[in-house]
Amino acid sequence: MHDHRHDHHHHDHDHQDVPPDISLRVKALESLLVEKGMVDAAELDEIVDSFENRIGPRNGAQVVARAWTDSAFRQRLLADSTAAIGELGYLGGQGEHMKVVANTPAVHNLVVCTLCSCYPWPTLGLPPTWYKSSAYRARAVIEPRDVLREFGLQLEDNVEVRVWDSTAEVRYLVLPERPGGTEDMTEEELAALVTRDAMIGVARVAAPQGSDS
Amino acid sequence: MATSTGSGGERLGDLPPWPSDEEGPVFDAPWQAQAFALAVKLSELGHFSWTTWTATLAEEIARADARGDPDDGSAYYHHWVAALEGLVADRDLIDLVALSERKDAWAEAYRRTPHGQPVELPEKS
Repeated sequence: MHDHRHDHHHHDHDHQDVPPDISLRVKALESLLVEKGMVDAAELDEIVDSFENRIGPRNGAQVVARAWTDSAFRQRLLADSTAAIGELGYLGGQGEHMKVVANTPAVHNLVVCTLCSCYPWPTLGLPPTWYKSSAYRARAVIEPRDVLREFGLQLEDNVEVRVWDSTAEVRYLVLPERPGGTEDMTEEELAALVTRDAMIGVARVAAPQGSDS
Repeated sequence: MATSTGSGGERLGDLPPWPSDEEGPVFDAPWQAQAFALAVKLSELGHFSWTTWTATLAEEIARADARGDPDDGSAYYHHWVAALEGLVADRDLIDLVALSERKDAWAEAYRRTPHGQPVELPEKS
């Protein structure tokens, strides 16, 4: 087999980063045990998924809350995301090359990647199962408004949707809009409002419960 | 014997001290959770008992301590993986040569696969 499908991939950079040795050892264990029928891949996924919110830090929420409360940081974040996130000490793993895209009343951003290896888990934790699904990967690009509607996010017609396809070099993070009714909240309280889904772009950050402004 | 904190066959409380908070285990990276799931599942399926697993892991950690490895929790899941490799080999589930070859195959698959396509092992010939 020599067909490596280089037709639109020109550089070695387009190829996957090889994960760390320890990660490959786990993949080797898992794939051999699954192949021999000793464990069921779906059952393993089920266990891992049950810890979805327990894997990796939710540092992205801290980044968002800082951007909401510190306009100078927000400017640095949008100009050079990698450096600004680095200021907070949240780089490493596969999160090195970050690009933060800001939602506005006129623009809604959505992040997709054909592979979970391009998910910025040092800032967002473990990718949810749906993010890795072929349905999401294909449809987010073709019919993002329909996808968002299925997530319960109905966008007005005049809101532009921008879909960002992560590459081997750039991982995207959505800076959601700060909800109303949060003017008196501290950075820490704000961070608690920010969900993973909002940072992928399939949700907005909801106003805190009890707030009616 | 420590008290049981897990449900079903997982008696997480029997494990050596490990990264967790009041809500349960925490993982720094996806591979840690995958390794965790493998041990839980193999034990549930009866390939080894949870008691055997915790003893194996404790031995692995004791060996690391004897080598002078840092005892700060950062290496916990490295020990976990090493213990798991040892135990599956010991129980003749998988031999270590096959494991090593498979690891190399995955590394090669990552190098070979263009971005945007799932990383898969080549079909066996």
